[in-house]
Amino acid sequence: MFGQRLLLLRYLLMLAETGFFALLLALAMAILLSASPLAWSASDDRQMMALTRPLMLAMSSFTVIAFAMLTACYVLSDFSVATVAENSHSAIPLIFKVTGVWGNHEGSMLLWALILAIFGALVARFGDGLPPRLQARVLSVQGLIAAAFLAFIVFTSNPFLRLDPAPAEGQDLNPVLQDIGLAIHPPLLYLGYVGFSVAFAFAVAALIEGRIDASFARFVRPWTLLAWSFLTVGIAMGSYWAYYVLGWGGFWFWDPVENASLMPWLAGTALVHSTLVMEKRDALKVWTLLLAILTFSLSLLGTFLVRSGVLTSVHAFASDPARGIFILAILTFFIGGSLTLFALRAGELKPGGLFAPISREGALVLNNLLLASAAAAVLIGTLYPLALEALTSDKISVGPPYFNATVLPLLAPLLFALPFGQSLAWKRGDLLGAAQRLLTAFGLAILVAVALRIAHGGGPVLAPFGAGLGVFLILGSLTEIVTRSLPAGASSGLLTAKLVLKRAAGLPRQAYGSALAHAGLGLTVIGIAATAWHAETITLMRVGEARNVGGYSLTLTRLSPQQGPNYRETAASFSIAEAGVPIGEVVSTKRIYTVRGTPTTQVGLMTKDFGQIYASLGDSEPDGRVGVRLYWKPLVLFIWLGAVAMALGGALSLSDRRLRLGLPVRTRIAEAIPPAAPAE
Amino acid sequence: MNVAVDLGKRRRSSRRRRRFSLIAVALAMLGLAVGLALYALSGSIVFFHTPSEVADGVVAPGARVRIGGLVKEGSVTRSGERIEFVITDTAKEVKVAYQGIVPDLFREGQGVVAEGVLRPDHSLDADNVLAKHDERYMPREAVEALKRQGLWRGDGAPVPK
Repeated sequence: MFGQRLLLLRYLLMLAETGFFALLLALAMAILLSASPLAWSASDDRQMMALTRPLMLAMSSFTVIAFAMLTACYVLSDFSVATVAENSHSAIPLIFKVTGVWGNHEGSMLLWALILAIFGALVARFGDGLPPRLQARVLSVQGLIAAAFLAFIVFTSNPFLRLDPAPAEGQDLNPVLQDIGLAIHPPLLYLGYVGFSVAFAFAVAALIEGRIDASFARFVRPWTLLAWSFLTVGIAMGSYWAYYVLGWGGFWFWDPVENASLMPWLAGTALVHSTLVMEKRDALKVWTLLLAILTFSLSLLGTFLVRSGVLTSVHAFASDPARGIFILAILTFFIGGSLTLFALRAGELKPGGLFAPISREGALVLNNLLLASAAAAVLIGTLYPLALEALTSDKISVGPPYFNATVLPLLAPLLFALPFGQSLAWKRGDLLGAAQRLLTAFGLAILVAVALRIAHGGGPVLAPFGAGLGVFLILGSLTEIVTRSLPAGASSGLLTAKLVLKRAAGLPRQAYGSALAHAGLGLTVIGIAATAWHAETITLMRVGEARNVGGYSLTLTRLSPQQGPNYRETAASFSIAEAGVPIGEVVSTKRIYTVRGTPTTQVGLMTKDFGQIYASLGDSEPDGRVGVRLYWKPLVLFIWLGAVAMALGGALSLSDRRLRLGLPVRTRIAEAIPPAAPAE
Repeated sequence: MNVAVDLGKRRRSSRRRRRFSLIAVALAMLGLAVGLALYALSGSIVFFHTPSEVADGVVAPGARVRIGGLVKEGSVTRSGERIEFVITDTAKEVKVAYQGIVPDLFREGQGVVAEGVLRPDHSLDADNVLAKHDERYMPREAVEALKRQGLWRGDGAPVPK
């Protein structure tokens, strides 16, 4: 009875048709928005300019409606809609019905458009402090991006297509995606990718207007920080997912799909820092513009590398020619167009402030060079096999050895230089002074590295070195906060302690944000270095047998079959003992999803001192033994906790009052800088 | 007045000098990155081959290769942690030996890619075995092996037995 009512509801509401109609309206709004400069560009008509805001809000609302309709189709299990029938099932839990919306090509493109629309609406709503002309420009550029994506969805990837006759049951969501970690990974990643579109739109707008000053950086920086923080968490989430789903505990594979997200992250990290230089010192303006363009271009490239099927096979790209050509056209138009605009206009921009090579700016230039080079190295390694296959049909794989040999030598000096750069003054720095301030941190880091080297009696040299580097990063960030809190001419006593605390409380949140993010980076580096000390036991076990791994003993206590809503599984329970004392139990299961007949493994994890005991069940043998992989992974959680700390650092920095839009920042800055300072 | 003009000149020339050195450093860094990339590429590329190509002697023994195709029905034997199987593209076959646990989706009759060192007898000492991620996605090399033998039935179609 209830089911029939639901059925009736579905047909009465015509959810899919409403959704598609909303999508068309959103596309129309986006086209109007991108064409709007025709109406105000020449005449400088303020009222026409102001119209871009309601247009953007309307476009966003229609996109939200379209997405809501598609979600409703999934939640109500309307299998007459093709994408729902292919990617959902009436028996899966509600949460996976919802996340199934973006667990396929069509839906994930709609999610992309949705997030773009939300960012557009935010710029329209909170961009009050912007000059009207610049805001209208930015909104129309965002409208142009939205128009391209919405047209792509409408013409080649319509998620609302109906099936006739409708199947009685869906084909289930890909079992690998039936996991909460992967379910929220794409939205986070897209919040990052798409967030960079704001910086891109600002850059293009500034190039068209032919004017750029430090206020540009102040407008762009919050959006860039926001996008970067989301991207950081998104990548970490994907990495943690791979760690516990793929069954052998690797956290990064240099897979093209991962590289697709790493490239915009590296470029975006550079952008976060270069906008800082531009905001504070009015320098690196042209480079920052280029970087804003490149970061979003890499985001576009990443989206399409993953979405076009080109990674599965170059030929898959051609198997749906309409999609392939559309994608290529969008990439060419936005990347080629913006770079052409840059080439035409960059020469007209006035160069910015001067600085000595040894200065905060100089250090940030080094940061940008190394990050950009690393992004370029990843780009080469990711695209080279595709280009080679397209040109010669030779199939090659470029694996971890390539990326380790290129990215690590570029990033290691960056990590080492970071605490020094952080400690240098703007404009002209004192490297010796910075080194003196960092002496304690550096000494302790060396001590840790040497102690680890001795404790582990040899082994890879890189691991203690990496751990020492991580410690240096953390202590260096701490040193920075402490140094900035110490009053000049420090003397001991209660009064000084009070003064120090007062000064520490008075430091801008940006200082804490930056210190936290850099310490987080150190944490991640330590976690990665510690992978060298992982212990591994791959073996066959019978119930009742025990195996040792990394000082822990795991006994297989039980093998039992279980039934889930849309799967059946075999669960292996292990009891864990440390030095003969039981400390807990983990369960690893081997699942078969009945609809698709696909097996997956759920690993058993036990966290201990930021490390994890990791048990993964393999295949059964005819003689009743089962294959298992057991790992002890010390400090492995640091890898992702570090990323979370980085993102929190970004958020903290974002909450700095000076960064908020719409506040009368200009006057405060004017007060802060003594009028005598040369206006370079 | 004179002094001011001089200062302006000096500032401009120092701006130019600094800009030049900045660009020089940037180019040097980029050159280093590209050099590093090319050097690393030359050492770490692994070529993909089908069993037929291996049988034709395209690959020199001792080389690192990826071989893709189907796991031959009835060819899988396990002894402890060691697993042996045969990769076939239905024309030719390659024996594979692998130490460790194979992926969830490793099954007889299904697509597989093995990476390792080719021995003189044209068998493979694998240190990495990749199977399909799900029943739709196949490692692209496995698809390619089937295509080269004319057995590919299109994306999403069931794999021929």
